Amino acid sequence: MAAILTPGTLAPEFSLSVTPDQKLALRELRGNPVILAFYPADWSPVCGDQMALYNEVLPEFQKFHAELLGISVDGVWCHEAFAQNRKLRFPLLADFEPKGAVARAYGAYRDQDGICERALFVLDKDGVIAWSYCSPIAVNPGADGILDALERLPKQE
Amino acid sequence: MSTLKIPVGPEDHVQGSADAECTLVEYGDYECPHCAHADPIVKRLQRHLGKRLRFVFRNFPLSQLHPHAEAAAETAEFAAARGKFWEMHDLIFENQSSLSLALFEKLAQQLGLSSADLLDALNRKEYEARVRADFTGGVRSGVNGTPTFFINGQRHNGPFEYEDLLAAIEPAGR
Repeated sequence: MAAILTPGTLAPEFSLSVTPDQKLALRELRGNPVILAFYPADWSPVCGDQMALYNEVLPEFQKFHAELLGISVDGVWCHEAFAQNRKLRFPLLADFEPKGAVARAYGAYRDQDGICERALFVLDKDGVIAWSYCSPIAVNPGADGILDALERLPKQE
Repeated sequence: MSTLKIPVGPEDHVQGSADAECTLVEYGDYECPHCAHADPIVKRLQRHLGKRLRFVFRNFPLSQLHPHAEAAAETAEFAAARGKFWEMHDLIFENQSSLSLALFEKLAQQLGLSSADLLDALNRKEYEARVRADFTGGVRSGVNGTPTFFINGQRHNGPFEYEDLLAAIEPAGR
């Protein structure tokens, strides 16, 4: 398993495609907590799917004003079809070209497989990593670790 | 290791005694095919283990994925408030291929409950908070999909065929 970035590290900046004609830069989200969920691939089996779970848990994340971003090496069109099919209500970013560059910057890329790790990062409002976790690739890590980390962030005025 | 954060309490739907050696908690979704698959497996475990097993079912509807899951869960809670939880629970799983509001009304009537009262409760979202409380409790316990089982408070990872669950339960009960 890769060594992912640890708490206290400033989260590496990035700008990735979020739709075929739109990019999203991490710095645009400063001021609120951000959840980065790197995952191996779109279209994994339905009911145990990590992104589908986060879609359901979204109201709990929003209680902390947190923005959730899903990131994989799939391209924008693949993400678009996947998001529509699963009715996802949060952005999926395409770490597509150069492939996996953002995942690499976070230590969350699997060279041997050419995909992202199942790695989670919770950033505070200043973009500093407050919590990170790398799950075994076949295990959906759930959302409890994210919610615990959001709860531990200093309260926002 | 994920552990059950919400202990089994008086609000829960429980089959079996609190003295049972093993408590199996399932977080499930009535529209999830894997949960329908697991339902007879749980029943077989209950038959095999008898008094040694206590079973608890909690709601975990993935409602963005499954359009009828929330209404199904609220229908089961409606029946629970009238002493018919397990009857409704079983009927919904048995009819999973044809879930609809009309079906829920029919099942209510079949159990001697008022379908008008059911529609009213669904419209007023009377049981929504109850279902959501199960869901959020599950999320905090590390439920990562459906079904998720907890055996004596520890999340069961991996397959959930009869032999898998039995093998996980047997040592837990000793």
